[in-house]
Amino acid sequence: MSVKDCILIADHLTYVYGSGTERVVKAVDDVSFMIHPGEMIGLIGHTGSGKSTLIQHLNGLLAPSEGSVYYHGKDIHDNGFDRKTFRSKVGLVFQYPEHQLFEETVHKDVMFGPKNMGLSAKEADLRAYEALKMVGLEDEYFYQSPFDLSGGQKRKVAIAGVLAMRPEVLILDEPTAGLDPKGRDEILGLVKSFKEKQNMSIILVSHSMEDVAEYVDRIMVMDNGKLVYDDVPEKVFAQYKHLEEMGLRAPEMTYITDELRKQVFPSLPVVTTLQEAKEAILGTFLLDSGVSL
Amino acid sequence: MLRDITLGQYYQTESILHRLDPRTKILASFFYMLSLFLFTNVYVYVLALAMLLLMIELSHVPFKFIIRGMKAIVVLLIITAVFNLFLTKGTTFVSFWKFTITEEGLRNAGFMSLRLIFLILGSSIMTLTTSPNQLTDGLERVFGFLKIFKVPVHELAMMMSIALRFIPILVDETDKIMKAQLARCADFESKNIFKKAKSFIPVLVPLFVSAFRRAGDLAMAMEARCYQGGQGRTKMKPLKYKGRDILTYLVFVLYLAGIFVCGILLPKLLPIY
Repeated sequence: MSVKDCILIADHLTYVYGSGTERVVKAVDDVSFMIHPGEMIGLIGHTGSGKSTLIQHLNGLLAPSEGSVYYHGKDIHDNGFDRKTFRSKVGLVFQYPEHQLFEETVHKDVMFGPKNMGLSAKEADLRAYEALKMVGLEDEYFYQSPFDLSGGQKRKVAIAGVLAMRPEVLILDEPTAGLDPKGRDEILGLVKSFKEKQNMSIILVSHSMEDVAEYVDRIMVMDNGKLVYDDVPEKVFAQYKHLEEMGLRAPEMTYITDELRKQVFPSLPVVTTLQEAKEAILGTFLLDSGVSL
Repeated sequence: MLRDITLGQYYQTESILHRLDPRTKILASFFYMLSLFLFTNVYVYVLALAMLLLMIELSHVPFKFIIRGMKAIVVLLIITAVFNLFLTKGTTFVSFWKFTITEEGLRNAGFMSLRLIFLILGSSIMTLTTSPNQLTDGLERVFGFLKIFKVPVHELAMMMSIALRFIPILVDETDKIMKAQLARCADFESKNIFKKAKSFIPVLVPLFVSAFRRAGDLAMAMEARCYQGGQGRTKMKPLKYKGRDILTYLVFVLYLAGIFVCGILLPKLLPIY
């Protein structure tokens, strides 16, 4: 894919905390990448690796110390660039987004974003309804207080609050933090459905490889503010030794197939999910035993 | 965004004043403030200034940092000086249009401003060299005698230290919530004061909700550790007077004696102002 059709470009971004004082920290250090339509990207890094700081640059909440962010070819920090509208195009869902809920009813809360965009009450109403449907919240909750919902439901409402602005790019910072396995699968499944149904580009920020491996088609790994890897999951996970040095782990399946490769099937490819592992092992096994399908 | 606000005055460094017992510092500051109100003449103020400079030197806190505390009272200082200057009756010093400046006014304005400056600097040396926790510990002991009058001293001190502990957390939280609402196209920069006030509802409501949640969690955690107030409670680091504290008390007794000498005896021997 070319530079032309990409939505966002981060060009040599650097962000320095506490400049001018004794403790200068480079939270983001010379990071460049592009985001194309319909891409699903996993942004992975250890706690404090700078991923949360990086994503705040992508919707203009933080201004880089050096470098620029381009949205459809325009520098978002140029004078006259409409950053408010831009923020509705690059939706950012923060960690524990349910802590931002404030309205009397779920429906009103989701309308907050569309209303701020200057849409009519009717249009905002429609978008809120649509967004709540998208996250799969049952109708009976729409006109209840968001504070009466369960943790997982609150999070869905908060995500709907960003979706209602119909962003082109959706960034989710640790969307599964503090959820049980069922809630986790539900949220990640939803996110994948946004990509498939709306052709939204999605950036999934996480420190868990397991979370991300199954869903994304590209992985960016951050360590100490630097972008270390930016590639398809198989290639990134093949470097699992290096990932471990950075305090990360490849998914379990990568380790299992790695042992199998060493001991039984030397020709086994690198895999990341259970499904892939099953196919790869079965395929290699059949091949080795001379059976053709 | 909000991270630039420096809350709490404590300046962390190594100095004898930092190591002093908080009770010593509280009482010493009290005596110092008292000394400023006892007498009003040049000798007393020279001695007070000398004491102040000595303490600033001993505290190892950069002078710039101490002066920063003065910004808050500049307006108060100017008002005090102006009122004293023009509204004191006495022998005329200069007079123009409707205003008269008297000699007494000049004297009052000068001493009042100095008194205010010394007061603020003196007390800020205490807060700059004492961490909030030490300060509440010290206050709890200094005001411990009020327990006789059924004042819940321990509880008040505990409330104060919890409040201080939560300030940075709530500042952080506010920052986070503001960013989250900004990401939903919220606008906090409206010029219209009503619109501006209204725009903070989406920040304040979640902030209160989270403050109550945190308060509930903390209460639960304290309950789980059988907290039941000050009765029979021991401390991990009980306050103990050391040699340097006794020395400080001695210095301040001498200082107060000096103040009395400067206030009563010296003006009689060498009468100026």
